[in-house]
Amino acid sequence: MNHVTAVSRTVRPRLVVIGNGMAGMRTVEEVLSRAPEKYDITVFGAEPRVNYNRIMLSPLLSGEKSFDEIVINTPDWYRDNRIHLYSGDPVVKIDRARKVVISRSGTETGYDQLLLATGSDPIIIPVPGHKLTGVVTFRDVDDVDTMLGAAAKGGSAVVIGGGLLGLEAAVGLQSRGMDVSVLHLAGHVMERQLDPSAGYLLAQELERRGISVITEADTAEIVGTEHVTGVRLKDGRMIAADLVVMAVGIRPNGRLAAEAGLTVERGIVVDDVMTTSDPAIFAVGECVQHRGQCYGLVAPLFEMAKSLADHMAEIETSGYGGSVTSTKLKVTGVDVFSAGDFSGGGETEEIVFRDAGRGVYKRIVLEDGRIKGAVLYGDTSDGSWYFQLMKDRTDVTDLRDTLAFGQAFAGGAAGNPLDAVAALPDDAEICGCNGICKGTIVTAITEKGLTTLDEVKGHTKASASCGSCAGLVENLLAATLGGDYQAATVKPICTCTDHDHDSVRRLIIAKNLKSMPAVMQELEWKTADGCHVCRPALNYYLLAAWPDEYVDHGASRFINERVHANIQKDGTYSVVPRMWGGLTNPRELRAIADVADKFAIPTVKVTGGQRIDLLGVKKEDLPAVWADLNAAGMVSGHAYGKSLRTVKSCVGQEWCRFGTQMSMSMAVELEKMTWGSWMPHKFKMAVSGCPRNCAEATIKDFGVVATDGGWDLHVGGNGGIHVRATDLLCKVTTDDEVKEYCGAFIQLYREEARYLERTAPWIERVGLKHVQERVVDDADNRKALFDRFMRSQKNAQKDPWAERASENVDAHEFKGLPMIAAE
Amino acid sequence: MTDLSWIDVGPVADIPRQGARTLQTRTDRIAIFRTLDDQVFALLDRCPHKQGPLAQGIVHGHFVTCPLHNMVFSLETGAAQGPDDGCAGKVECRVIDGIVHIGLTDLQAGLRHAG
Ligand SMILES: Cc1cc2nc3c(=O)[nH]c(=O)nc-3n(C[C@H](O)[C@H](O)[C@H](O)COP(=O)(O)OP(=O)(O)OC[C@H]3O[C@@H](n4cnc5c(N)ncnc54)[C@H](O)[C@@H]3O)c2cc1C
Ligand code: HEM
Ligand code: SF4
Ligand code: SF4
Ligand code: FES
Repeated sequence: MNHVTAVSRTVRPRLVVIGNGMAGMRTVEEVLSRAPEKYDITVFGAEPRVNYNRIMLSPLLSGEKSFDEIVINTPDWYRDNRIHLYSGDPVVKIDRARKVVISRSGTETGYDQLLLATGSDPIIIPVPGHKLTGVVTFRDVDDVDTMLGAAAKGGSAVVIGGGLLGLEAAVGLQSRGMDVSVLHLAGHVMERQLDPSAGYLLAQELERRGISVITEADTAEIVGTEHVTGVRLKDGRMIAADLVVMAVGIRPNGRLAAEAGLTVERGIVVDDVMTTSDPAIFAVGECVQHRGQCYGLVAPLFEMAKSLADHMAEIETSGYGGSVTSTKLKVTGVDVFSAGDFSGGGETEEIVFRDAGRGVYKRIVLEDGRIKGAVLYGDTSDGSWYFQLMKDRTDVTDLRDTLAFGQAFAGGAAGNPLDAVAALPDDAEICGCNGICKGTIVTAITEKGLTTLDEVKGHTKASASCGSCAGLVENLLAATLGGDYQAATVKPICTCTDHDHDSVRRLIIAKNLKSMPAVMQELEWKTADGCHVCRPALNYYLLAAWPDEYVDHGASRFINERVHANIQKDGTYSVVPRMWGGLTNPRELRAIADVADKFAIPTVKVTGGQRIDLLGVKKEDLPAVWADLNAAGMVSGHAYGKSLRTVKSCVGQEWCRFGTQMSMSMAVELEKMTWGSWMPHKFKMAVSGCPRNCAEATIKDFGVVATDGGWDLHVGGNGGIHVRATDLLCKVTTDDEVKEYCGAFIQLYREEARYLERTAPWIERVGLKHVQERVVDDADNRKALFDRFMRSQKNAQKDPWAERASENVDAHEFKGLPMIAAE
Repeated sequence: MTDLSWIDVGPVADIPRQGARTLQTRTDRIAIFRTLDDQVFALLDRCPHKQGPLAQGIVHGHFVTCPLHNMVFSLETGAAQGPDDGCAGKVECRVIDGIVHIGLTDLQAGLRHAG
């Protein structure tokens, strides 16, 4: 305990302040500047030190600042202003009847006016092990000292919570030499301040610096006997740790106030002049709740301090009206800014600007012509400008088209994107990949008489690599050639992007893009999370490109693929179990009959795919129906998927007097090899035991027809509105060849066709010869395609019904929400 | 508007992000959506086109695409987007301290959940 005493002379009203932190001392400063002689001031602080700048704890941790540099008020300041400071001596009780506060050391101090500035407490999630040594929060100098002690020994640190504080702690600890992992519950870091795109960029930057960021990480337990040794996640993963920092949020500290009977909800409730339910008691800072709002940043509490000081000094004041806040991450070299409500939607309009080359992302949300919120990554120089426009509610309608280019640009003439490229200086870099400037491109256009994007690519290499500057180059062509320019027509996937299917597929591989936010950022998507057209396509392309790594995104699949059943016109579902090659047996048939009885399934139909369809199953019954079918050894038939559907067969040499090959067993083998694989569209096969072709293999995506000496392989057929008979791919002799050609053909289709393009239009587009060159003529390539197919099958052949029936996957899909309580 | 009875259906986290869950009321089923930015909206789970279950659609931005014939509806107003006409029934919904509350009319209120 440390007591700075000052001598008081006259009898003045006594102001007692609880909390020697940022808001409390700022208020005292503001009061002193207005009415230096008015109060006799006493301050109680729980921390054993003078008042310091809490937000600078991050640079203190990283070593960029020392404690002396972050002190706000030195002991001299308290003495000069005749403030009694009791530091290291928290107040433990307020006696409102007697108007005294009692501190832990037993000091009783009377007050005329009391100011609560107790800040907030870090939240500690009560998982097992949270009390082990080595588990710390990040709130005060003591916490920083503990972290520095741990960091001095090296080892690894786990930070739970990827918000502002957690990330600053992570960067600080990493710069002190620890191996740092950040565990974050939400899908992307700083989800309250950043949208997924900016969150993705930030996580990528942290990873680049060697900090591992694990999202959707739900902590189950902190492991260790006395000292922490690791953190275990609910999905079973274990992450070793010598230090665990919990930075999962803060809770306003209203304990004392509540015990004293003041109105406390989430925080201590105050009015516009920061008065609590007791007129003699004020409160400021993170501990308060004003108009339903609690704050965790300094700007609002400085505004509160001003309003309260006006009120205390009896200066006319309009009071505190609440704050609009903005956030910046204090990590050297990482520029992140967010302000206001940037969630978008509704009556709002969004301006999204992405420059993948420079790693810049800007999103500005407008409502009624005014800025409602903004997220900036990579280039935050205009953050304060947007924030000002937002706070002033300036009508930005006239600036709209060029708002994303920032204040410097808006200073000039407002205009359209063409004027914007026209206004760029000649040395402005257009193509980041190849370092081509505007001047070079314009010169090439005028001197060589170029008129198309392809010609510009050919002559300058601009947009020849990742292609993301193609839009800018087209604008340059248009600006340079004026009316002579006709933009090439690539058909974009949908209105969320300018890219077509083929370029997206190419760029996913070329740029190593492994998640939906990565694709949307790097390829400059124009919406925050795509739409029902592009999301399923991207999900498929990512799955096909990265079979070992990509985690399927259920929310981007159509309902049938999400719940693994076919939705019917009345909202019920159909269930079609697999019958390998169209073969079944009494046990399966009995199980199907039992299921139909048990769940009162109205229709049982034999499909055109040689299996049985149970129609009219209620959604909530699906898992139980599947469990019963699984018990009889049946798995999903994927009758609902852009995937392998059926392999039909005829009875073949096994029974038929004409049969020349075993078509049933071939069909079963092909189906066992290929089931579960996701495709651009549905994919059907059939195997006939002789050229009479009873299994109709020549209207299938891959059809196999037996001949005397082997098999004919047919591709690219379908029934439907426009029937297309297959083309003969080639003839083979052995069963193994049938399988290898089949796998290779499917893989080529999976890698090259556009999403929702069946084999027939694909082959018509690329030509049969193209397919034959890759699958038939080039044995090495066939082998490589086949190997890639089999590798992706390793992850694909998991029965989705079993996962849902017995492993509880996606349980939320099948259960309605309960009505828990009515008000 | 007539008075609504507000009922509590549990935490936002129980609804999958970019997804939806349903609530069975006495008269109809309500689709409760959670968007990428963690906002929650509710519509009647019945497409004005041919009664498609909107809760089963793909959620993007503040929109949902009906699973049956791909009409797109605003989650905020229920209005059909683009060239299509029609409006999905808007249901009042609010989130207090992370708990989703749904405003039911007298007719809807009262009975059990979907199970
Ligand atoms: C690491 C870190 C980085 C941050 N970075 C930023 C940033 O970049 N930008 C930003 O705007 N904000 C930032 N903040 C938040 C900012 O520091 C807080 O909003 C601000 O400090 C709150 O001020 P306060 O006075 O309400 O609380 P505090 O500053 O916490 O002060 C409250 C004081 O009251 C004391 N106290 C509590 N109970 C008692 C009692 N019974 N008796 C006596 N004393 C008591 C506490 O010990 C504490 O010293 C950061 C916070 C941290 C921890
Ligand atoms: C192009 C538009 C098509 C659409 C929208 C379509 C739609 C459907 C649907 C919804 C089902 C599932 C019914 C259920 O729930 O059980 C189905 C099944 C089936 N369809 Fe089609 N179909 C199309 C084209 C075709 C074509 C061209 C053929 C054959 C030549 C075909 C053959 C079949 C067969 C055999 C089944 C049963 C599937 C099985 O056993 O898995 N369909 N179709
Ligand atoms: S295709 Fe040939 S083998 Fe097969 S059932 Fe018909 S006639 Fe028999
Ligand atoms: S032909 Fe296919 S799409 Fe048409 S009604 Fe029959 S099952 Fe449905
Ligand atoms: S039922 Fe919704 S679009 Fe047809």
